[in-house]
Amino acid sequence: MSKNPPPLFRNPVVRWLDERLPLFSMLRKEYIDYPTPRNVNYFWSFGAIATLMLLLMIATGLMLAMQYTPHVDMAFSSVQRIMRDVNYGWLLRTIHMNGASMFFFAVYIHLYRGMYYGSYKKPRELLWILGVLIFLLMMATAFTGYVLPWGQMSYWAATVITNLFSAIPWIGEDIVQFLWGGFSVDNPTLNRFFVLHFLLPFVIVAVVVLHVAALHVPGSNNPDGIEVKSKRDTLPFHPYITSKDSLALIVFGIGYAVIVFYAPNYLNHPDNAIPANPLSTPEHIVPEWYFLPFYAILRAIPNKLLGVIALFGGVAILFFLPFLDRSKVRSCRYRPLYRWFLWLFVVDAVFLGWLGSKPAEEPYILWARLATAYYFGFFLVITPVLGIVERPRPLPVSISEPVLKTASRPRAS
Amino acid sequence: MMKRKPLFLYSLLCSLLWACVLAPSLSLAAEQATVAKQPWSFRGIFGSFDKASLRRGYEVYDQVCASCHSLRFLHYRDLETLGYSRAQIAALAARLEVEDGPNDEGEMFSRAALPSDRFVAPFANDEAARTANLGALPPDLSLIVAQLAGKGGADFIYALLTGYSEPPESFELTPGLSYNKVFKGNAIAMPAPLFEDMIAYSDGEKASVERMARDVAQFLAWASDPSLEQRKRIGLRVVIFLTLFFVVAFLYKRRVWARVR
Repeated sequence: MSKNPPPLFRNPVVRWLDERLPLFSMLRKEYIDYPTPRNVNYFWSFGAIATLMLLLMIATGLMLAMQYTPHVDMAFSSVQRIMRDVNYGWLLRTIHMNGASMFFFAVYIHLYRGMYYGSYKKPRELLWILGVLIFLLMMATAFTGYVLPWGQMSYWAATVITNLFSAIPWIGEDIVQFLWGGFSVDNPTLNRFFVLHFLLPFVIVAVVVLHVAALHVPGSNNPDGIEVKSKRDTLPFHPYITSKDSLALIVFGIGYAVIVFYAPNYLNHPDNAIPANPLSTPEHIVPEWYFLPFYAILRAIPNKLLGVIALFGGVAILFFLPFLDRSKVRSCRYRPLYRWFLWLFVVDAVFLGWLGSKPAEEPYILWARLATAYYFGFFLVITPVLGIVERPRPLPVSISEPVLKTASRPRAS
Repeated sequence: MMKRKPLFLYSLLCSLLWACVLAPSLSLAAEQATVAKQPWSFRGIFGSFDKASLRRGYEVYDQVCASCHSLRFLHYRDLETLGYSRAQIAALAARLEVEDGPNDEGEMFSRAALPSDRFVAPFANDEAARTANLGALPPDLSLIVAQLAGKGGADFIYALLTGYSEPPESFELTPGLSYNKVFKGNAIAMPAPLFEDMIAYSDGEKASVERMARDVAQFLAWASDPSLEQRKRIGLRVVIFLTLFFVVAFLYKRRVWARVR
């Protein structure tokens, strides 16, 4: 920051502030001048979309928290009060509730973009790891939040998920009781889940700040996965990327609005409209759609402990992706083999999700086992092996070369 | 941009397919007879409740359902949405008694219900409700349409209320239960509740079983989702605004990027 000549701010108040605390210079450097590869496509907008989703979730969540009561006897009716009596409470809640789905949707695309264009590779390994950490924190936040309305699915999801820890040998039962704050999912559980659900989003904000800081050191990756070579390869963040991101954001917003206003309960399980009842177990306990692939992995493995390890391993393995992939070429555009295995991975993940929504019976169990095998095989076998044996296509000389195609200059490929 | 980057489109389609088609299909439980879709006025983008039908539906609830089913998330004041005046609502509420207190002497006392009170439940608690109903618990109806969303919501209520008949010869009906073609297992604890002309609608409409079933199903749909009309109204404005905003943002983006292409 100090290397740059101090930017001129005409406003004397801004200048006075900036000379003492260079907030304006920093924002200018990171969000206006920030040189972005000129060939980034709309996949790159999902980082901005996810950031805004986080802020929207915090804003709506704060207002909901002001009306919500974290007590087993009152939680369900306090949510009904928000839906029926609080001014625009139904709007806040439907935005928040469906916002979780939209947030995960954006983050899954963001994550997949990182995989397809090799954004996790050197020098962006830590950036990727911080991103996976955000994903993990999001999962914890979404889970604790899902428990709060204290409907049937809330209660039974809390029971099933906390019980996973009982698979840990020797100390499992003690850990579960510690998580519950008692001998079953009860008032202390709900109360602490509310506290955690309130706290974790701010932890996410902190990690997002680190994530963005780590991004702005090497700069953004791009669809060609090659380094920025000259100023000709980049464009300032504003107005080029901001105008592009705005467009993506509005399209995303339209889809979001259609769900919020016309199908607010479409992604919701109808059983969650029934107040929690510890004496009656729902026929099928299913998590929200964004957890279904991991749920399928859990159920695919007959041993409880191994199932739980696979469940957490399914997320944890993402942390190691930068070190499992030995290929020097980042973008799948130039990886003719890996590209297809990655697409198959997406199909596999969606298939796992579908299986997660099905009852745990044949033939779904067998399919889930095959799909789980591919899920882990992709990371542990296909990725490292292809990194060595695959022959990538020749890379372009620079980013601006394929973009500013000139007739006189022959293409590298 | 879509033409040049089919990748983006594919993955978007993949995820959308997942979010919209595959994920919710899990909530579709097995049904008995098929539940026919009814032409509800509250369906669709511009849909709104039929106020006259809602008022008749309230009369059905009040005179038939309310003897067993509570509606505990509704207040009498909510009836204003149905077109009742405040005086009418006060009179409707005053027919029922609620326990209040303690008073200055520490005694609980009964008083007439006020518009600010919740709908008075027919039984003091679930145990009393079970005892009065041969062990079966009549569910609270505040969210019944939302709870049955996977089975058809208001359509299911209508199909259930009109789905009573004598059991077929081969069907062995447990004593105390009634045969219903849409209920799971075809045996339901609730006896057929509606009979031709059992109530007199205050607007003079003929109280056929179908009419009453349709009115009360709509009333319960409203009870489950009272913000439906406001939601759709705001939603339309939001989508129109965002679409116009998209056009402006698109023109801006094209102009900005024209400098570098």
